Amino acid sequence: MEDIEHIEKEMKLIGADGRRLDGRRFDELRPIRIEAGVLRRADGSAYIEWGGNKVLAAVYGPREAHPRHLQDPARALVQCRYNMAPFSVSDRKRPGPDRRSVEISKVISEAFASVVFVEQFPRTSVDIFIEVLQADAGTRCAGLTAASVALADAGVPMRDLVTSCASGKIDGVVCLDLNKDEDNFGDADCPMAIVPRTGDVVLLQMDGHLTYDEFQKAMGLSIDATKRIYEQQRDALRRRYSVTLEDILKESPPAAAPVEPDEPSSPPEEDFGPEGI
Amino acid sequence: MQSSGALRPIVIPGEAVGGPGLKPGPGTYSEGGRVFAAQLGIRDEHEGLVSVIPLNGRYIPQRGDAVIGEVVDQGPSHWLVDIHSPYPAPLHATESPWRVEFGDTARYLKVGDVIMCHVLSVDEIKRVQLTMQEREARRLNGGMVIEISPTKVPRVIGKQGSMVSLIMDLTGCRIYVGQNGRIWLDGDDRSAAVAALAIRLIEERAQAVGLTEAVRELIAREQPRGRGPRPS
Repeated sequence: MEDIEHIEKEMKLIGADGRRLDGRRFDELRPIRIEAGVLRRADGSAYIEWGGNKVLAAVYGPREAHPRHLQDPARALVQCRYNMAPFSVSDRKRPGPDRRSVEISKVISEAFASVVFVEQFPRTSVDIFIEVLQADAGTRCAGLTAASVALADAGVPMRDLVTSCASGKIDGVVCLDLNKDEDNFGDADCPMAIVPRTGDVVLLQMDGHLTYDEFQKAMGLSIDATKRIYEQQRDALRRRYSVTLEDILKESPPAAAPVEPDEPSSPPEEDFGPEGI
Repeated sequence: MQSSGALRPIVIPGEAVGGPGLKPGPGTYSEGGRVFAAQLGIRDEHEGLVSVIPLNGRYIPQRGDAVIGEVVDQGPSHWLVDIHSPYPAPLHATESPWRVEFGDTARYLKVGDVIMCHVLSVDEIKRVQLTMQEREARRLNGGMVIEISPTKVPRVIGKQGSMVSLIMDLTGCRIYVGQNGRIWLDGDDRSAAVAALAIRLIEERAQAVGLTEAVRELIAREQPRGRGPRPS
């Protein structure tokens, strides 16, 4: 049997050149790609790839809250379900809600309840579904970031998008956006979500220990990073809604030509599926 | 938007849409004297009032709206109507155009019937009541109902109903557009299908320039040969 304690001491998460296992510096994010409006049935949806994370978010509502006794006559409920696919992690994850996913669902729904104009939709619920397809540490941040894009895509009135990022400590160094290995073998992980416009913190958790100074530094790193992520979220939404605009611009030259001017508009006919028209 | 030519950029929740001196309209909120977008949409400024025209969202009933609903339940003196909004909408027997005896509601409207009605009242906790006392309110027999995003309804109707009357004239269909995004179409199979296609085109290209022309072309192309437009 191998001495696990011994292996841990051998492990170097940050090299002599100050680079991490995947070549990032302490304040670098993993590559992020966000796409809005990926699901047809949902009112709003988004897909995010954040390093090795692949997360899908769907939003429904505001819709009638069920069960009825949960309805609040003064405001809308913001309900969230964070779920990991059985194949999202290296060992099979037992399907269904567990302690961890119930907790994450709770903190995420509370984060969104503070930005959505809940008082405009009494007795309804806004339902957010976050499905983790592939996990590589930081799924709650990725899920929250995607869900916020999905909420905007659904046309839910809200004060601002919510942007989320984690920082932590590995080999005694405070670093941004830990990946799986850094999370497993590092010293601390601290996910947070902020409202970029006001700087309000709507989610803050910590696993492990950070001193006050380390925590301040981690906050600083995360807040800086959320500004970059915020731009990507906005960009995803702009791309989603300019697709039709670009298409129109692209189509305008053929529209002037005499042959089949509106041909490109025909394919959507099939897109609606059996219940479309 | 059609007349304005250029396409307006979209605004994203949290984006500043107006400084001091401007009043926040629908789809916006103000904080510290500045106005921010609350919804994803297109910025609109009118006489010092900034608003955001949403690109997406649910139908929230407002008093006086004409809506198309489906009867989903019936009680001894009322029907429950699904108006495609987050709120259930009852239609009381006294608000129907008929003299309904207590317990005799099923004689007039059954579950599954589609009606054209109006929103009588909406209170502060969004309790909705419907009425069929208006002249155009009726039970809709035959035809079909299609659903579009409620935010695209103004484009389907057009200025003073220009778009919907264009489709009616060209296809010969009878069309009712509800503010809740439900549209009832009646005509022969082919023209109803063409009209539905035209409405889908409008929904998809709500922000497009020259939408009327695109609709006219689409109908002209899809309309069966040898039959000209009929008066509606």
